[in-house]
Amino acid sequence: MSLTTAQPTGPGTGAPRRDLRSGSLPRYFPAALLASSAAVVAGVLLAFSSFGFILWGVLTALAYTVIVVTASARVEGGRKAKDRLVTALVYVCFALAMLPLVSVLSTVTGNGLARFDGYFLSVSMNGVLPSMDAGGAYHAIAGTLAITGMATLISVPIGIMTAVYLVEYARGRMKRTIMFFVDVMTGIPSIVAGLFVVALWIILFGPGATNGAAGAISLAVLMIPVVVRSSEEMLRLVPQDLREASYALGVPKWRTITKVVLPTSAAGLTTGIMLAIARVIGETAPLILTAGSSAVSINWNLFDGQMMSLPVFIYSQVRMGGAVNYERAWAAALTLILVVMLLFFLARMIGRLFAPKSR
Amino acid sequence: MTTTDAPTVAPPSKGKRRIGDVAFAGLARGSGILILLILAGVAAFLIVQAWPSLSANTANFITDKAWDANVRENPAFGVGALAFGTVLAAGIALLLATPVAVGIALFIVYYAPRRLASLLGYMVDLLAAIPSVVYGLWGIGFLAPQLVPVYEGLARNLGWIPLFAGPASTSARTILTAGIVLAVMILPIITAMSRDVFHQVPQGHREAALAMGATRWEMIRLAVLPFGKSGVIGGAMLGMGRALGETMAVAMILSPSLIVSWNLLQSGNQTIAGHIALQYPEATGYGVSALIAAGLVLFAITLVVNMGARYIVARGNKES
Repeated sequence: MSLTTAQPTGPGTGAPRRDLRSGSLPRYFPAALLASSAAVVAGVLLAFSSFGFILWGVLTALAYTVIVVTASARVEGGRKAKDRLVTALVYVCFALAMLPLVSVLSTVTGNGLARFDGYFLSVSMNGVLPSMDAGGAYHAIAGTLAITGMATLISVPIGIMTAVYLVEYARGRMKRTIMFFVDVMTGIPSIVAGLFVVALWIILFGPGATNGAAGAISLAVLMIPVVVRSSEEMLRLVPQDLREASYALGVPKWRTITKVVLPTSAAGLTTGIMLAIARVIGETAPLILTAGSSAVSINWNLFDGQMMSLPVFIYSQVRMGGAVNYERAWAAALTLILVVMLLFFLARMIGRLFAPKSR
Repeated sequence: MTTTDAPTVAPPSKGKRRIGDVAFAGLARGSGILILLILAGVAAFLIVQAWPSLSANTANFITDKAWDANVRENPAFGVGALAFGTVLAAGIALLLATPVAVGIALFIVYYAPRRLASLLGYMVDLLAAIPSVVYGLWGIGFLAPQLVPVYEGLARNLGWIPLFAGPASTSARTILTAGIVLAVMILPIITAMSRDVFHQVPQGHREAALAMGATRWEMIRLAVLPFGKSGVIGGAMLGMGRALGETMAVAMILSPSLIVSWNLLQSGNQTIAGHIALQYPEATGYGVSALIAAGLVLFAITLVVNMGARYIVARGNKES
């Protein structure tokens, strides 16, 4: 008894009294400090009339980090100070990633709206000189739809069947080989996919043959691995019980796959396919090589002549370099981003709304 | 009990398989094999079409810096300068992107409020959804003009470092700008891989560290980073594979050129992918074949980098 009462007072007499809460900054401190340093920095910048959002953000982050680390080092000690420093750094990293996202979206919207209207979307560049204040991107939109559509038609059956093979049939070495090379194929640079079709077309049709179909095949090379990977994941999510229930009823394997497994994962497969389309619809480099970069008129025929597409339209307008060309490029970029974002959000919606309730 | 019809549906006999099953399995297997064939075809067709120019080449293809390929005979070209530019741009991108990506992944997994975490991760993924040609347009139309004063400042104050020797380019269309844009483009890839591996850190490891009184950073340093190292390295290599092969951002920002220079503030460098995109429309004679040869080099480099990345990631998964 005497031991237990003596111990707490023993060390306490020599060293300064230690409360459990004493060595820490109050909980509201970081938030309050952030708000106040933002206000002070804004005030100083406005006083020198050199206010800019980026400068403001950078200086605020800097002031906050320095103050919070020194305060923490004095009150809480070195270890806690280091922890606070890393916390601040990690937040800064995230802000750094948001900076280009916001910047890209805002500049594209800001610059693109100047020319983004019904006229731009409904006329082609046929008969329009590059520097004329006229013309639009209809031919590019048509080309993008045709080329991406054909690429989807090629890659979806191959991609889904490969995923079925990997999930339902393949075993051992063959499975590992195909999975490995699908991963490798994901990493093929887009321009190499374009060169592949160029090489193929030279052998099949002789040099200089460019048409939409060539572009579609090069996009399909890039799209197949993406479809395989996403479909594979979705097929794996289908509960084994469903398959076994089907087998137990005497349904053959292929009927089980087509009538049970694929319908169950239909929503997930659709999501994956739409994300894959969103990924290739912005591909430029392979189309410059295969579908040409100088078409100006509306061409819906994939097998005849050059075909413009939205990304290539942006590129070729930038290469011309005039002010009007840049306006067209920004407007086309806005169109392209809207299409991609639409696909992106639709894909997420489908995935969320129609996902099977697995648990 | 009394039904006699039931046994008429014969269970699938073991000896012979149904024709539908055989056909479907064959179709599925065929698709898998088709993918292997496509990949083999990419390599084969590139080699076949590159061969004429490579065999006629009078210069050393790997080391030479000139590109006199648009001729009918005796072409002299090499990828020396281009390979240098490619590696330099990808290196800059990797150097800038990896620390930030690891920070973002840590932020999303361990620091962000739980409820916001998936939304914030989704916003980083949006960076990957923006087409590369839009990044190129943003780079040349917005970022480069913003960087001109920054580069001038760098050249003035840090000019004694050869990397930043002046005079800085007045258009800022330099390899450093291309590297910055590439860094933004590969950020979501490295972040996604790092996030995946950070999510897999066993809860026991983390809680053990915290129970010993470790701060959050010490927990990350002791439990998360050692566990996630291979995933982060693999993710960084995947990002590098992407940066090596990225075409449009580079082709739009850099002008056609064949100079080898360590100077980051002056224009002059060019990458393999950018060179192909810029030269292809003007290629004549041996030109197309030579560009295909350059593409073959790019294909080989990215293949090696990607296979290495997959190997590292797979090995890391096995160890854990």
